[in-house]
Amino acid sequence: MTNKQVSMQEAIATYVRDGMSLAIEGFTAFICFAAGHEIIRQQRKDLTLIRMTPDLIYDQMIAACVASKLVFSYLGNPGVGSLHCIRRALEKSIPCPLEIEEYSHYGMVGRYMAGAMRMPFFPLRSYVGTDMPKVNPDIRWVDSPYTGETIAIVPPLNPDVAIIHVQRADAEGNSQLWGLLGCQKEVAFAASKVIVVVEEIVDESVIRADPNRTLIPGLIVDAVVHEPYGAHPSYVQGYYDRDNDFYLSWDEVSREQDKTEAWLNEWVYGVKSRTEYLDKVGETKLRTLNPGTAPAPSIDYGAYA
Amino acid sequence: MTIQASGYTASEMMIVAAARALVGVRTVFVGVGLPNIACNLARHTVAPDLQLIYESGVYGAQPARLPLSIGDPTLVTGATSVISMVDLFGLYLQRGLVDVALLGGAQIDRYGNLNTTVIGSYENPKVRLPGSGGACEIAINANKVYMIMRLGNRSFVDKLDFLTSPGHLDGGDARERMGYPGQGPQLVITDKAILDFNNGEREMQITSLHPGVNLDDVKANVGWDIRVADRIGETPAPSDEEMHLVRIELDPQGMYRG
Repeated sequence: MTNKQVSMQEAIATYVRDGMSLAIEGFTAFICFAAGHEIIRQQRKDLTLIRMTPDLIYDQMIAACVASKLVFSYLGNPGVGSLHCIRRALEKSIPCPLEIEEYSHYGMVGRYMAGAMRMPFFPLRSYVGTDMPKVNPDIRWVDSPYTGETIAIVPPLNPDVAIIHVQRADAEGNSQLWGLLGCQKEVAFAASKVIVVVEEIVDESVIRADPNRTLIPGLIVDAVVHEPYGAHPSYVQGYYDRDNDFYLSWDEVSREQDKTEAWLNEWVYGVKSRTEYLDKVGETKLRTLNPGTAPAPSIDYGAYA
Repeated sequence: MTIQASGYTASEMMIVAAARALVGVRTVFVGVGLPNIACNLARHTVAPDLQLIYESGVYGAQPARLPLSIGDPTLVTGATSVISMVDLFGLYLQRGLVDVALLGGAQIDRYGNLNTTVIGSYENPKVRLPGSGGACEIAINANKVYMIMRLGNRSFVDKLDFLTSPGHLDGGDARERMGYPGQGPQLVITDKAILDFNNGEREMQITSLHPGVNLDDVKANVGWDIRVADRIGETPAPSDEEMHLVRIELDPQGMYRG
């Protein structure tokens, strides 16, 4: 088994280059802030950032000017309101202009699916009659060769790099996740390079004991980064809750570019690594994010020797 | 402790009216905030078999706390099924398994078309809104759509700045001509009145006024000359049981009912 474990700093330095397209996915859950912060620290430029829901991580990255383009389907601070940094970039080009390419959720997951399966498009019942195709020429139409029905299609999406946070993987990157799956599996298969970030590195035998839960095989994984609490202030099912106080406070911090930059200076540029960040967050805070337990009963795969 | 229904807020009236509209419904596509409380209230009252579906990939959620977003981990624990988003949109929504979807927006027009994308022009937006999320395909594929929105001239507009999610488009049989699987908007539940589309043009009309609201209050808060149904009723005020559930069980901190 190949050991693909590297530090976050090394993973970003190796795989994320200026001008690349990058997807840090995770639907409310599993959002790898640790990777986003390391990309800001390494001062990448001109990235195309891809995410269904840009969330606070892309708000922070766009405030730090690492991106020139955003591909997305829902631009909000979930449960709170607006993403002020991205709005500032779009409405006023502050601190940098930002190009956008916009889909619906099903359009985005369809793009990942087509990319993952190496197909030329994904058909879906959406968009017809709306203004969305008028502002995105890549939303197109095809006539079914069987019924003649016209159906919307979206093009494949193959990010140069996907960064996927999960609960656990072995050193080769065979990854298990549970909770909101979002499009973690689809984006991993779609991307050219895959960095998996985990709460726990486990032995291969742990993976093999529950193969149905392995959604991303090490076969398509290039690097494995062990970064506990790497998704804070988002959450990892069964490991820690979302830091909703932070999501609320970001609404204030992000309203002005100056305050946002001060935050980046303190919490991103001002720390060397995720470990320093977590020290700064503090154990007391992290303890409040511990969920209770709700274990799934184990099942029996059977022994067929 | 019993809560008296007198002194309810406009938001509480909306929650209760939306919950009642879910009578007999089996599957509902839920958003956060008011729709979420309305669905949970319905589950405790008029629709005990109601299955909550969230676009985050959850079927049959039984949240143990008020979810703060549609991706809240409380939706996962104890759910019937948790699936990928491609399965949720393809196998549940597009397959036709969603009876009712609850939607809202920054702007709605007389045919129930919604804008959640921009105010102003797309290229130079005055206000950049969140965009579609799943709303565009939900509006097309859910069997029925109910809207929950506060009345106001800025949201009930004569012309949308951007059409994100289709209602009845330009009215009449437009949805059928487009080949949409779902029947589109059926109800708009507001803080002052309930509106429906039960006429040949499929145009929004006032069908029920909440207690203490008069017709002019509603008309003054709509950006076009809104139709009035042939017969309009009064929305029954929230009952003591409904108010108890909303205030004590579902939103004890008053996050959404103020």
